[in-house]
Amino acid sequence: MAFSRRTLLAAGAATLAAPALVRAQSTSAPIRIGEINSYTAIPAFTVPYRMGWQLAVEQVNAAGGVLGRRLEVISHDDAGRPQDAVRLAGALFDETKVDLLAGGFLSNVGLAMSDVARQRKRLFVASEPLTDALVWEQGHRYCYRLRPSTYMQVAMLVEDAVKFGAKRWVTVSPNYEYGQSLVKWFKLLMQRHQPGIEFVAEQWPALGRIDAGATVAALAQARPDAIFNGTFGPDLTNFVRQGNTRGLFERRPVVSVLTGEPEYLEPLGDETPEGWLVTGWPVESVTDATSQAFIAAYRAKFGEMPKMGSVVGHATITAIAAGIAKSGSVETEAMADGFKGARFPTPFGEAYWRAQDNQGTLGTYVGRTALRGGKGMMVDWRYADGASAMPTDEEVRRMRPV
Amino acid sequence: MDLIFLQLLTGLAGASTLFLVAAGLTVIFGVTRVVNFSHGSLYMLGAFIAWSILSRLPREPEYFVLGVLGAALATAVIGALLEVLLLRRIYRAPELLQLLATFGMVLVVQDVALWIWGPVDLSLSRPRWLRGAVEVFGLRFPFYDLVLIVVGPVVLGLLLLLFHRTRWGLLVRAATQDRDMVAALGVDQRVLFTSVFALGAGLAGLGGALALPQGSANLHMDLSVIAEAFVVVVVGGMGSLTGAFLAALLIGVLQAFGIALVPKITLVLVFLVMAAVLVVRPHGLLGKPQAMARGEVEALAPIRPAGPALHVLGLVALVLAILAPFFAGPYLLSVLTEAAVAVLFAASLHVMMGPGGMASFGHAAWFGVGAYAAAFAAKGLGAGMAAGLLLAPFAAGALALLVGAFVVRMSGVYLAMLTLAFAQIAWAVAFQWVEVTGGDNGVLGVWPDAWAADKPTLYWLALLLCVGGALVLRRALFAPFGFALRATRDSALRAEAVGLDAYRLRWVAFGLAGAGAGLSGAVFAYAKGSVFPTYMAIPHSVDALVMVLLGGVQTMAGPIVGAVSFTVLHSWLLMGEFWRIKLGLLIMALVLAFPAGIAGAASAAWERWRGRAP
Repeated sequence: MAFSRRTLLAAGAATLAAPALVRAQSTSAPIRIGEINSYTAIPAFTVPYRMGWQLAVEQVNAAGGVLGRRLEVISHDDAGRPQDAVRLAGALFDETKVDLLAGGFLSNVGLAMSDVARQRKRLFVASEPLTDALVWEQGHRYCYRLRPSTYMQVAMLVEDAVKFGAKRWVTVSPNYEYGQSLVKWFKLLMQRHQPGIEFVAEQWPALGRIDAGATVAALAQARPDAIFNGTFGPDLTNFVRQGNTRGLFERRPVVSVLTGEPEYLEPLGDETPEGWLVTGWPVESVTDATSQAFIAAYRAKFGEMPKMGSVVGHATITAIAAGIAKSGSVETEAMADGFKGARFPTPFGEAYWRAQDNQGTLGTYVGRTALRGGKGMMVDWRYADGASAMPTDEEVRRMRPV
Repeated sequence: MDLIFLQLLTGLAGASTLFLVAAGLTVIFGVTRVVNFSHGSLYMLGAFIAWSILSRLPREPEYFVLGVLGAALATAVIGALLEVLLLRRIYRAPELLQLLATFGMVLVVQDVALWIWGPVDLSLSRPRWLRGAVEVFGLRFPFYDLVLIVVGPVVLGLLLLLFHRTRWGLLVRAATQDRDMVAALGVDQRVLFTSVFALGAGLAGLGGALALPQGSANLHMDLSVIAEAFVVVVVGGMGSLTGAFLAALLIGVLQAFGIALVPKITLVLVFLVMAAVLVVRPHGLLGKPQAMARGEVEALAPIRPAGPALHVLGLVALVLAILAPFFAGPYLLSVLTEAAVAVLFAASLHVMMGPGGMASFGHAAWFGVGAYAAAFAAKGLGAGMAAGLLLAPFAAGALALLVGAFVVRMSGVYLAMLTLAFAQIAWAVAFQWVEVTGGDNGVLGVWPDAWAADKPTLYWLALLLCVGGALVLRRALFAPFGFALRATRDSALRAEAVGLDAYRLRWVAFGLAGAGAGLSGAVFAYAKGSVFPTYMAIPHSVDALVMVLLGGVQTMAGPIVGAVSFTVLHSWLLMGEFWRIKLGLLIMALVLAFPAGIAGAASAAWERWRGRAP
């Protein structure tokens, strides 16, 4: 077939009009990761998170990239609104031509993005959203999730919580899906491990608007043996201060989710209650080489200690890089299968993507809070591997309809 | 008994904190009629500034007092600057426009605070005297809470003294009753307004500074406090200090006992209280019917149907919109789909706000009801998209008529706040009725039927329904119904005298607005594929207000121009860094440049040009 001058011109014009397409075809073009998170709505977590993934991108590229191609992250702010995340996800797929989507902090934003991924059959790697629905009830083949879910966080704590031998429990947790799901699992798992346990009162403060005095008084009124807490951030600081002054925590074991994470522990300052059983990250006292290397690199680049968000951001990139490397391609179907079982390094050690539900096995640290030199920290900690904090495969199959 | 007493004390401490925030808001509203959305931002700034001062001072009580007063003073200065640089220039503008300016301020402060103080929550290490407790019936009660219980009434007393025993206070009270008369008597209103704004801002700062020892200074303080502060002001009666104090007591104490009895009530308690109070006492506990500021009525020239030139312009825009899929990329198309939805959302609010004279702070409720109706039709009933789109306006309209029966009896800010209360109740239902609505995880998979699944078809459908809906609303406003509605707005008394049923007209307008918003919500649900309670949350209601005010309340094209420009601006800025400060400054600049809204300014310019032409 002979090319007429006109077809050649038309082809040239099309090439000019679609430069992105041309770039994508060249093998040296970067692999593009579209990233969306609540940078303005939840800065306490997402700002360190961004620094974490920036560091990881730099490291991966310095080591030669993935499949011989550089990684490039195109990041947007969803302002904490699922509808904006949905639109931006469309923009990243259609205009920026990203190879896959990542990010999310709020559970509803994560679910909205996951639903777009399911609809459009594109890969979405959720980094932070903790809702169980993401990989179970609403799970699908194109959605992977990195962090330990609410179920896993609770399961990691229950083992030690049972040892308190407390009979009368009260719960306090923010009044939205995350908080409700924590309390649901905690009740269920505790009753399974310790028959005869009682839950005598519950408090559901509105997120960010806790009436700490009244909440503490109402909990004390129930005369509990032990307390389960799901509040975090500003609510937690208010709750702890009222609880300290009113003596709520004296001689009472407290089980508290996320409290050991540096971003939530730091504001507690010299009022950090001692002996709480928490999940988190003992950033000052981890000594293993992997953690040390991460902390050193992070401090060298940003001049401050990493937070939990930094770890999640960093691991998001390494987990994606490993998944792509194992898939051998950035074609969506290849990645949707290829990510399964891919092993990746994280600041907490090696983890992998579970084949049965696309959940990452990144774990978290479980330990006790303590006060040292006017600062809160975690002591007596252990690393709880995400792989061992899972329900049985049979239970997962029942919850995951796909 | 002792426990009840302890909860009572706890409630009183909460009431004091609430009162401190609300006092400034009510003072500002009373005199300047400014609905100050940035009050929460001033409260947050007070806390951050107090942290900056107190973390550098010795820890003795006298330094604490000094630091708190310093923070209040600094916030007062910021408030005065805001008034002088921004609000002073737009007092002559249509009612509620200042709200738009203060909304811009909220966005700016969020980014500035993040930039200055960083993302980490900042807490103040409490010295021993702040940590201590006193024994009450053998139970421990925080000493600092006792201090707060005293501070509230002391501040109230000082403010009452200031208002009743000084000349300045006399002038402020006079201005609260009749601001034009005070001006006519030769009082410099500018000084009065600036000082009142500074006082109000200072009170917000004081509230923030005093809240610091109980928790932390953090970037969520502004929005967490603003809604409740408004509720206290409205329940007390706008502009009434004593009323605000009583309302704070009522809400603080109910809250303390309420959460002990019904723990899950935290999301709605204050709004339930407000709805109950307003239904019984439409002007709050101690409020009086709002004296209409003169000059507002005459400013409203009747809206005329657009002239031929504007018709042509509108037609060109419509043709361009219809042809958009042929030249716009998929992203621009999804922004345009959202813009179409926003047009109907804003136009429906405009029916109430413009010709109806009823501003709503809760318009997102109907949007959300429509979206959920569509979601239930799709997921629950398994019906197709057409059924969902048909069901939505009826569901939203019916609910709006039900709520409207209570709401339309009121006027002004009270009406706006009652709509807010109902919207919050609807939001809480969506949020907490997890079995049906999926809670805040929402309803997923509300994707359009196959025939409308591709982007251009969906866009055309959105355009057809939303622009069509907006045109139907426009038709209604130029029908006798619309003119009668406007008559009731401009003079309810005269309208009744000529035999118009003001209540019914307003009621129907309310229902119509609800149905319009419901349809836009349903289209939005299919465009996004999911429905969440955030669709009916306060920020979304504020978006609608911003669109209408930005475009111009008193023009027909206003909501359309406002909706399109806000949607495009927001989605464009969101792609870049520091979008909040950019959007905030842009909104402030637009408010200063076009006090009558963009469309209002354009139409005025057109009139001027035509006037000069032969």
